[in-house]
Amino acid sequence: MNFLFHLGRYVKLVKTAFSRPEKSGVYYRRVVEELELLGINSIGIVIIISFFIGAVLTIQTAYNLENPFVPLYLIGLGTRDSMMLEFSSTLVGIILAGKVGSNIASEIGTMRVTEQIDALEIMGINSASYLILPKIIASVIFNPVLCFISMFVGVFGGWAAGMAAGVISSEQYVFGIQYAFIPYYIFYAQIKTIVFAFIIATVSSYQGYFVSGGALEVGRASTKAVVFSDILILFIDLLLTQMMLT
Amino acid sequence: MIEGKNIFKSFNNKVVLDDISVTFEEGKTNLIIGQSGSGKTVLLKSLVGLHEIDKGNIFYHDRNFTEMSRKQRKEIRKEIGMVFQGGALFTSLNIEKNVMFPLNMFTEMSHSEKLDRVNFCLKRVNLNNVNKLFPSELSGGMQKRVAIARAIALNPKYLFCDEPNSGLDPVTAIVIDSLIREITQEFKMITVVNTHDMNSVMEIGDKVVFIYEGKKWWQGTRDDIFDTDNKELNDFVFASPLSKKIKKMK
Repeated sequence: MNFLFHLGRYVKLVKTAFSRPEKSGVYYRRVVEELELLGINSIGIVIIISFFIGAVLTIQTAYNLENPFVPLYLIGLGTRDSMMLEFSSTLVGIILAGKVGSNIASEIGTMRVTEQIDALEIMGINSASYLILPKIIASVIFNPVLCFISMFVGVFGGWAAGMAAGVISSEQYVFGIQYAFIPYYIFYAQIKTIVFAFIIATVSSYQGYFVSGGALEVGRASTKAVVFSDILILFIDLLLTQMMLT
Repeated sequence: MIEGKNIFKSFNNKVVLDDISVTFEEGKTNLIIGQSGSGKTVLLKSLVGLHEIDKGNIFYHDRNFTEMSRKQRKEIRKEIGMVFQGGALFTSLNIEKNVMFPLNMFTEMSHSEKLDRVNFCLKRVNLNNVNKLFPSELSGGMQKRVAIARAIALNPKYLFCDEPNSGLDPVTAIVIDSLIREITQEFKMITVVNTHDMNSVMEIGDKVVFIYEGKKWWQGTRDDIFDTDNKELNDFVFASPLSKKIKKMK
């Protein structure tokens, strides 16, 4: 019953968030602000994490391919496919759920407990739409860009680690990342990223929007936002993989 | 006139407002008073639609607010200004943008016209050179004054204030009270103030409604308070030895 209550309230909130904006110009500016807050400010962490994941993937793959009959260019291929299929979408999604999700939940939660959301409602503004819709749009637009950045940086990190550790030559690695390239993987990764972006923005907003109490409850909502977003991301990852790759 | 008729509201089967009927008149500062937990904040929030009432009706100049759709309520809400207990200023916006916010959302004014209006409202609440500051850089009293400036930006017909003096020192509280009274008379608004500050009651209470355990227990003017023999009201208003002495002197 509790699950159904939350599911119903979540669907209702998302529906309210998608209602017609009061003034499109104001909403446009809000989307631009959110693009900076949620997207551009996340580039740094995505680059750092992707670089190290790519590096670790290369070294681990090299370690597992010690058989002389297995060509070394497969290290590059393995790194590329792992980054494209899983790490740049799912792992980056999980990391963004931590960074962006907690930020969204605490921002909206604080606005709730300090009556800023009531102030919006009193002015006749649809607070759900004003606060949540720009976050959804910004996340859905910018997270695919972050996914692309992650793919490139991850593959580059793999190359750098391969060179530094001396496990593969540059020519072999470059040949590997070009070998048997399947463009559909990019589409698959981008679809996942867009769905994860929607989950992060809406689940975190939901947790923040219905906070009652004080600072402690806002902190709890922030934690819940990350936990529920992560679980949903992993569950949807499984569903989408089943639907799109089999 | 704002009229509430037979208002009932409960939370989790606990009755918070029990058959309350009130009227608030134009150009007057109407006060809702009562102990903490008596239901006065719920009444105020019900009047503006932040809480849906279980039974009863609320009228704004004979327009039945209770039966209105969300869209119709939106129109009425443009005529409402509200000052919240903590100010409820948008912390991510500077003072100028806070006061300009309702103008951005609901008017087609040019930027310079909006700026003129913002400066007028800030000047009206005696604030100068604060436009570019953020709420966190202001004192509690200044934040309340900015909240009042934002509430009057759209020239509202109705002004609601939820404990505007909470957390303020007595001198600043008097300044805020005077400001609310002056603005009410100047703009001919209907002002409803929710308070448990007895100085406010004596200072600005043109009409006073006393809420006790979710019921309307008493109503009258601030002068009537000294003559009433209503036990609960006397216990609440003249709770301190000093105020008891004042009553005896009167």
